Amino acid sequence: MSPWLNLLIGLAMGLNLIALASSRLPSLIRSAAVQGLVLGTLPLLLGHGGWMTVLFAVCTVSVKGLLIPALLERALRAAHADREVQPLVGYVPSLLLGAAAMIASVALADALPLRAEHAGSLLVVGAFSTVFSGLLLLIGRAKAIAQVCGYLILENGIYLFGLLLIRATPLIVEAGILLDLTVAIFVIGIIMDRIQREFDTLDTRKLTALRE
Amino acid sequence: MISLLLILVPLLAAAGAAAWPANRTRPWFLPAAGAVHAALAIGLLIVPPPVAATDWVGFDAVARAILPAVSLLFLLCAAYGVPYLAVRGERGNRVFVTSLLLLLGLMSLALQARHLGLLWIALEGGTLATVPLLHFNRSPRAYEATWKYLLVGGTGIALSLLGTFFLGYASLTDQGGGNLLFSALAAQGPALSPPWVRAGWILLLIGYGTKMGLAPMHSWKPDAYGEAPGMVGALMAGGLTTVAFAGLLRVQQVVALAGDGALAARTWMALGLLSMLLAALFLLGTRHFKRMLAYSSVEHMGILSIGAALGGAGLWAALFHLWANGITKGALFLSAGNMRRAVGDRELDGVTGLAAIVPWSTRLFVAGVFAVTACPPFAPFFSELRILRAAFETGHGLVAAGFLCGLLLAFFGLTRLAFAVADGRPPAALRTVAARLHESPGVLVPPLLLLGLSVWLGLFTPDLLREAWSAAVLSLAPTPP
Repeated sequence: MSPWLNLLIGLAMGLNLIALASSRLPSLIRSAAVQGLVLGTLPLLLGHGGWMTVLFAVCTVSVKGLLIPALLERALRAAHADREVQPLVGYVPSLLLGAAAMIASVALADALPLRAEHAGSLLVVGAFSTVFSGLLLLIGRAKAIAQVCGYLILENGIYLFGLLLIRATPLIVEAGILLDLTVAIFVIGIIMDRIQREFDTLDTRKLTALRE
Repeated sequence: MISLLLILVPLLAAAGAAAWPANRTRPWFLPAAGAVHAALAIGLLIVPPPVAATDWVGFDAVARAILPAVSLLFLLCAAYGVPYLAVRGERGNRVFVTSLLLLLGLMSLALQARHLGLLWIALEGGTLATVPLLHFNRSPRAYEATWKYLLVGGTGIALSLLGTFFLGYASLTDQGGGNLLFSALAAQGPALSPPWVRAGWILLLIGYGTKMGLAPMHSWKPDAYGEAPGMVGALMAGGLTTVAFAGLLRVQQVVALAGDGALAARTWMALGLLSMLLAALFLLGTRHFKRMLAYSSVEHMGILSIGAALGGAGLWAALFHLWANGITKGALFLSAGNMRRAVGDRELDGVTGLAAIVPWSTRLFVAGVFAVTACPPFAPFFSELRILRAAFETGHGLVAAGFLCGLLLAFFGLTRLAFAVADGRPPAALRTVAARLHESPGVLVPPLLLLGLSVWLGLFTPDLLREAWSAAVLSLAPTPP
C-alpha cells in the first residue's frame, strides 16, 4: 500500500470540510474540482499500472477535475447571479456535521469487516465521509450550482469506494459509470440553464409551484 | 444474439430519428421501432433462447417474464405518439422521439442485464433519457418537476451505485472474487460477507426504490407525472419503474442466497406497505388528476413490493400484477393526456365537467380508474387477489389487512376525484376549447386497446405467460421460503 495513498485521501477529506465551509460558489466549485483531480490520480497508485489504468486515470482527472468544473464555472458566469451559496444549514453547523460525519465514518469502517489488504488504508473512511459531506451539501444549500457540487462530491465518495474493487471489476464498468456521470452533469447543466431563463434565478427555494 | 437486437433496434432507430430531417414524418420511427421490438419480444417469449451463466446480457427467465409487457406498452404508446406529436406540431420533436427510443433501448438493456454494474449503467442511462421527455411542455412547472426528478433520482441512483460496490466488496475473497455477475454472486451465496450484503441491500433498496417511487422516496413522482405528457407518464409508470423493480428482484435473489432473505423480505415489505398507505392518504386529498395517477403508481409499486416479499406464490402474483398494472396504467395515462389537452394551459386543480368536452377520453379514463382500483373483470383485480391469497397462505394476516385497507382508501380517493373531474358543468372558457378540439381515433384507440388487453389478461391469462412467470419464479426463488 503506497504511503501516498492515505495522504491523498486525507487531502480529499480536508477538501470536504473546505467545501462545507465555502460561502462563495467559485470556491465551492474549486474544492470539488481539486478533489476530483486528487481522486483521479488514485487509480495509478492502486491498479496494476497497465495502460488501461492510466487511460482511466486520465479520463477521470479530465472529467471530474477539469471538464465538469469548467461547465459549472460557465453556468455561473452565464447566470450573473450573486455568488453566495445561500446556506439552508449554516456554515458552522455544516462544518460540525462534516466533522461528526468523519468520526462516524471511522466508527462505521471499524464496524464493517474490511479485508486485510485494506485495513490500513483510509479508503473506506474517506469514501463514507465524502458521501456524507456530499449529501449534506445537496440538502443544505439552496443554489442549484451548489447542489450540483454536492452531487459531484457525493459521486467522488462513491468513486473512492469503487477503487476498492479496481482489481476485481473490469474497467469497462468503471468507464460506463464515468460516462453516465458526465452525461448526467451535462443534462443537469441544460436544465439549470432553462431554469435560469424561466425563473430568472438559480435559487431552488423559488421552485415552489408544485406542491400538494 | 436475437436478444441483442432488442437493444440495438431501438438504439439504431434513435440514431435514425436524430438524423431524420422532417419534423412531420419523424414520429413514425416510434411505431416502426416499437413494432419490430414487440415482434422480437413476443417471438423470444414463445421460443426462449439459451442463456449461458457467464453472459452479461441475455433474455433469461426474468427478462422473459417482464420485457414483453414493457415492449407492448411501448408499442401502443408509440402508436399514440404519432397523432399526439401531430397535434403538438408547432414543437420540434427531434429530441423527444430520440429520447423515447433511447429509453426503450436502455430499458431493454436493463431488463436483460445479468451484471450488477451493467444494470446500474442502463438504469442511470434510462433515467437521463427521460429528462428531455419530462419538460417537453416547456412550462416553468415542467422545468421545476424536471429539476426535482434529477436531484431526487440522481441521489437515489448514486446510492444504488454505492450499494452495487458494497455487494462487490462482499464478494471479494482471497482467491479474487469481485465478480458482479448475478450468477457469480449467487454461486458464492453464503460465502459473501454478510455485513456488506446487508448494507448493500439497504442502499440498493433505497436507490432502486427511489427509481420505483416507493414511499418515502416518492417525492419526485407527483411532480414528474403531473407535468410530463401522458405517454411519457405511461412509459415511466409501466416501464422504467418496472425495470427498477426487476433489478431489485435480481438483487433480492442474491441477498436471499447469502442467507439474508428474511431481512430483505421484511424491509421490502415494510416499504411496500408504507407506500400503499401513504399513497392512499394522498389520494384522498389531491385535486389534480394527473398527480392522482402518480400516487396511484406509488400505491401499485407498493403492491409489487409486497408481492415480491411474500415468496414463491407472491412473486408469481407480483409478476402478474406487473403486467396488469403496466397495461392498465398505460390506458389511464393516455386518456388523461387527452383530457389534459382539453384543459389547455390552465391549472388542473379542481377542474370539472370534462365529460362534456372530451366525452370518449373521459369515459376511458373512468373505466381505467375502475380497472386500476381492482374492479373485476380487469386484470389488476385478479393479480391483487392472488397477492392477497399469498399473504394469507404465508401467515401474513396483518400485511393482508394493511393491504386491503390501502386498496379501499385508494378506491375512495381515485373514484372521488375521477367523478369530480368527469361530472359537473364545465367552465365557459373550456367550452370554447371544446369546439376546436377533436378527439381523433388515433388518440382513443391505443388507450382502448390497452383497456381491452387488461380485460383479456385478467379473464383469459394465456398459458404462455403463466408458464413464463412460473419459470421466472423458479429461477429467482428455487426454494420457496
